Amino acid sequence: MPVIEARALTKTYGDVHAVDGIDFDVASGESFGLLGPNGAGKSTTMRMIGGTSLRTSGTLLVNGLDPETHGPEVRANLGVVPQTDNLDTELRARDNLIMYGRYFGLPYSYLRPKADELLAFAQLTEKAGEKVDNLSGGMKRRLTIARALVNEPTVLLLDEPTTGLDPQARHILWDRLFRLKEAGVTLIVTTHFMDEAEQLCDRLIVMDHGKIVAEGSPADLIRRFSTREVLELRFGSERNAELVDDLRHYADSLEPLPDRLLLYTEDGEAALARVRADGHTPMTTLVRRSSLEDVFLRLTGRSLID
Amino acid sequence: MTAPARTLDVRRSRSGGLPGWFAANSSGNTATVIERGFKVIRNQNWIIIVSGFFEPVFYLLSMGLGLGALVGTVAGPGGAPISYAAFIAPALLATSAMNGAIYDSTWNVFFKLRFAKLYEGMLATSLGPFDVAAGEIFMALFRGFLYALGFMGVITAMGLVTSWWALAMVPVALLIALGFASLGMAITSYFSTFQQMDWINIALLPMFMFSSTLFPITVFPQAVQWFIMALPLWHGVELMRQLSVGHFEASTWVHLGYFLVMSVLGVAFTTRRLRSLFLR
Repeated sequence: MPVIEARALTKTYGDVHAVDGIDFDVASGESFGLLGPNGAGKSTTMRMIGGTSLRTSGTLLVNGLDPETHGPEVRANLGVVPQTDNLDTELRARDNLIMYGRYFGLPYSYLRPKADELLAFAQLTEKAGEKVDNLSGGMKRRLTIARALVNEPTVLLLDEPTTGLDPQARHILWDRLFRLKEAGVTLIVTTHFMDEAEQLCDRLIVMDHGKIVAEGSPADLIRRFSTREVLELRFGSERNAELVDDLRHYADSLEPLPDRLLLYTEDGEAALARVRADGHTPMTTLVRRSSLEDVFLRLTGRSLID
Repeated sequence: MTAPARTLDVRRSRSGGLPGWFAANSSGNTATVIERGFKVIRNQNWIIIVSGFFEPVFYLLSMGLGLGALVGTVAGPGGAPISYAAFIAPALLATSAMNGAIYDSTWNVFFKLRFAKLYEGMLATSLGPFDVAAGEIFMALFRGFLYALGFMGVITAMGLVTSWWALAMVPVALLIALGFASLGMAITSYFSTFQQMDWINIALLPMFMFSSTLFPITVFPQAVQWFIMALPLWHGVELMRQLSVGHFEASTWVHLGYFLVMSVLGVAFTTRRLRSLFLR
């Protein structure tokens, strides 16, 4: 039985179709990603899974239960990491973990050692008695994730877990999440960072305007919707657009962005050599592997962070 | 450092869960919301907590003693003369119960919902909307209880109570608070901006000024009197005043009944609006 089963899942706010009839399954132990730009419907989908947003139509089962009619029972097995930290600023760091566990009806005899273990996991042992407001952004994020683990959830919902963190903090977090995945926790991650999705997700859906536009593993999506390599050329913002037609035949396809041209090709270096040989003189060049960013660009014609 | 060890037993297979409406809205863990409330009170600066207690005391001192020196004695319930301070003291207790309950169930709920995101965190756990609402209303009543007790102490020390019945003013303050808190929370579910929240204050201030708090409503034309008598605070004030001197009439039951009905309707109303308030 899938952990999550969504069929024709729909949420409308007035005339806005935040989530527009999507279907997906998530298997136990899987790391599943919801990818898309802001406003694609990712967070709304997450809230519906937790039963804190009521769907307009469609069906949704989480561990075989409808979160709308069995919210408390469904959430007993969920860990929720919201997009913006909502730690209890009137309690100290360790008390945040303990009190949160109390909301699940867990006893102090279980929660006291668990809180210490989770503080260590989140590398916050020294901050146990600290006020939440005195913690750095990365620390708050890690405390929020530790808090979501206090009930030992089988499914962890992470809504943009690393947005706003510096690179070092992001890598610490990814490491922690990877360990949970190894321990068998089902991860559901929304993100608009492609590298994050590639790092964390076994399988993902790409969402745009509330709909699913593609589904597959990161490697699979790149293979299907992009080429192996990408050649990025910058000619200056004035000239990029003028050269689109001249350069099109050097690649399988070409995407013009305001600041650069993306040439999709199996061999970026070879394409660059041919471009140069024909007398074009880009200001800067970059050959790189295709990423999910490119997949999204190809699928929607827009870049993810706009 | 590895992933946190699994130590929790298979508590998950809670057979069946609770039936129907409760399965969707409650985990039965309401007490943990109250537990949090007390924990926060313990951590808090006591100045913040007792600040609400001083408001009616200041009114009593300035109006009761200050203005009272000019007014002298007035006719109390049943017509017996009482000091002006003794006339307004029970009214101030009723008003303070109302203000505290309204503040906790409207502004406080609004802030925790929209800005502190406290309820968002709570509702990501097993807690349901019912647990959060019931726990928060309980905490509002507890705070009201502390204030009522403190105010009782002050007016007793000032010699303004003359009957053992005055002790009943404390539970009645809680009933008044419940009526306002339950209604306030339901009304908050309709609001989404600070400007809308301001309407609450616009409604409360005149109610305080004109509900026979500081002077009898007999000074108004009959039509205005009827309007005031339809509003809840007047019933609270009259009920408290009668209790303070131990004078009862048939109207006592009307006042009491008013708040019983208001509380029942308020709780039903809030219950109906729970999902609109907490779930988007």
